[in-house]
Amino acid sequence: MTSLVHRVCATGPLISRIVAALFGGYALAALSSVAVLALPMSRPQAVLTGMLASFLIYAGAVIWVFAVRSALKAWVGLIVVAVPLALAAWSVS
Amino acid sequence: MNTRDKVRVAGPGIRQSMSDLHTWAGLLLGWVLYAMFLTGTVSYFKDELSQWMRPELARQSGVPDQAVVAQRVADELGNIAPGTSQWSIRLPDARNNSAYVFWRTSGRSPGQQRAFGEGNFDPATGQKVSSRETLGGDFFYRFHFQFHYMPVVWGRWLAGVAAMFMLVAIISGVITHKKIFVDFFTFRWGKGQRSWLDAHNALSVFGLPFHFMITYTGLVTLMALYMPWGENAAFKTPAERQQLSAELSAFTQPGKPSGQKVALASVEDMVRQAEERWGRGNVGRVNAVHPGDAAARIAVTRGDAGRVSMSPQYMEFEGSTGKLLSVRDNVGAAAETRGVLYALHLGRFSDLELRWLYFLVSFMGTAMVGSGLVMWTVKRRQKLRNPDRPYFGFRVVERLNIASIAGLSVAMTAFLWANRLLPHPLEGRADWEINAFFIVWGLALLHALMRPVKAAWVEQLWAASVLLFLLPVLNALTTQRPLWHSLAEGDWIFAGMDIMCWALALLHAALAIRTARQAAGASSKRKADRHAPIAVASSEGAR
Repeated sequence: MTSLVHRVCATGPLISRIVAALFGGYALAALSSVAVLALPMSRPQAVLTGMLASFLIYAGAVIWVFAVRSALKAWVGLIVVAVPLALAAWSVS
Repeated sequence: MNTRDKVRVAGPGIRQSMSDLHTWAGLLLGWVLYAMFLTGTVSYFKDELSQWMRPELARQSGVPDQAVVAQRVADELGNIAPGTSQWSIRLPDARNNSAYVFWRTSGRSPGQQRAFGEGNFDPATGQKVSSRETLGGDFFYRFHFQFHYMPVVWGRWLAGVAAMFMLVAIISGVITHKKIFVDFFTFRWGKGQRSWLDAHNALSVFGLPFHFMITYTGLVTLMALYMPWGENAAFKTPAERQQLSAELSAFTQPGKPSGQKVALASVEDMVRQAEERWGRGNVGRVNAVHPGDAAARIAVTRGDAGRVSMSPQYMEFEGSTGKLLSVRDNVGAAAETRGVLYALHLGRFSDLELRWLYFLVSFMGTAMVGSGLVMWTVKRRQKLRNPDRPYFGFRVVERLNIASIAGLSVAMTAFLWANRLLPHPLEGRADWEINAFFIVWGLALLHALMRPVKAAWVEQLWAASVLLFLLPVLNALTTQRPLWHSLAEGDWIFAGMDIMCWALALLHAALAIRTARQAAGASSKRKADRHAPIAVASSEGAR
């Protein structure tokens, strides 16, 4: 039992980071691709700009998630960026 | 809290975490990436490969008159696809000796969303070509981003995930690397793991801008599939969506026909007008909606050569009168950025020299992925607690490496062999060429699982080498276009293919010889270490 707890403690943060990278990163990229519609450009151009930028944002998010010191910090960073993007996305859709 | 936890709280250095990220992002989809890289690399010569795979189609000494060909094929389509709502002709150009056409088939059954007919047409006659049925170089091209035996959308998603892993692997790889340029000039030959690392670094750093560009632009080619959220939020009606697709492509969805039959005006004249604008031989496609109807529209598009952009540029004509309705020659800034990135990925604007450069750097990218995969095992083999019985994951990686690297060379060559050996005509011939590719690849995997590791590498590399070496011989025996003939004719597509086969045969032979030698070196070293010659002799093969 204790060994199980120990294993969870040891691998939990890693799994948390992997989830943050794969899904958190995608969510952030998707959110930014919608938020870009708030920019003063025509809709087709804004949509394309959002798509073009999304992969770089996704990649950047993944790097962030694994570069910071703790899994918690990784999530907090993603959320801090996601909040203004979500507001912008909510304002246009 | 013990010391181990403290270390974890303090966290490993960023270089270490990036190194781990690089290792695992690279490994997990490394085999998929290797296959994407290699099939993508050969796709830079897909049109030439297609010509080689249809040897019955005569060599084209110059670009045929595109306007005349367009008229011929359009007439033929009136015969074989009357009442179609849409057709599109990709005209023959400097690299294509046939016209490729697809058209909507009229009989739309309820369950069927879209039904298409397709075929290659002879520029000289306008008729469907009578060459052997084959997907040609398009097989490698399509496999490169959508694989096979699975729904197209799944394959494209898999390719997208793999490309995203690649992008992360590239960025984390650069961060890992402290002395990136110093290391670039360092090469330690014959030093086992160090040599693999140096080779991997050199291949990666030399082509770094290319590797980054090709990975990112690869994602861009299918970005609307991977990131549809902005589009979904911005556009609610089909008309709004049309605004977006007009920025991306010259194809339009056919609206309602008038129902009144009117013959198509001269397609030849329309193409002539486009040639005046973009130059002779520089027309890409002729797209028609509702040909033969009063509401017919024809779009003549600019070719991909001569501009680094895939953005739509076309002239639209009224089908019934041939009157020029509009000219579209620019798109918005973001759309043009996407058009340029798309073009950079495909490299269709390249002249011959640039195309070879694309091929070579992309080939280095393939070698980068391959050397990375091999390095994973080389690095860990030294630390194995019991080299006679490596752990399961190690054995999986080791075997998959063989089948996906050496085995893929054998399978791709087998595809070309099948093209020459399968009888013609044969029901489902094009599919059988592809099945042959996968059957051989499957056999390579079986072989990799059953044989000792080094033996499997060496045997598969030799198999690829021999198959490649004999392909020009097979070509000479089964077609009217052997090497001496193509050289005499100045047919550089066929001659180039034969010579490339020999060059690649040499490369595989060199790799086979090197691998065989390394095996001897490694086991003799271990003999000295472990004083157990008999156990060691088969250590590499222990499963």
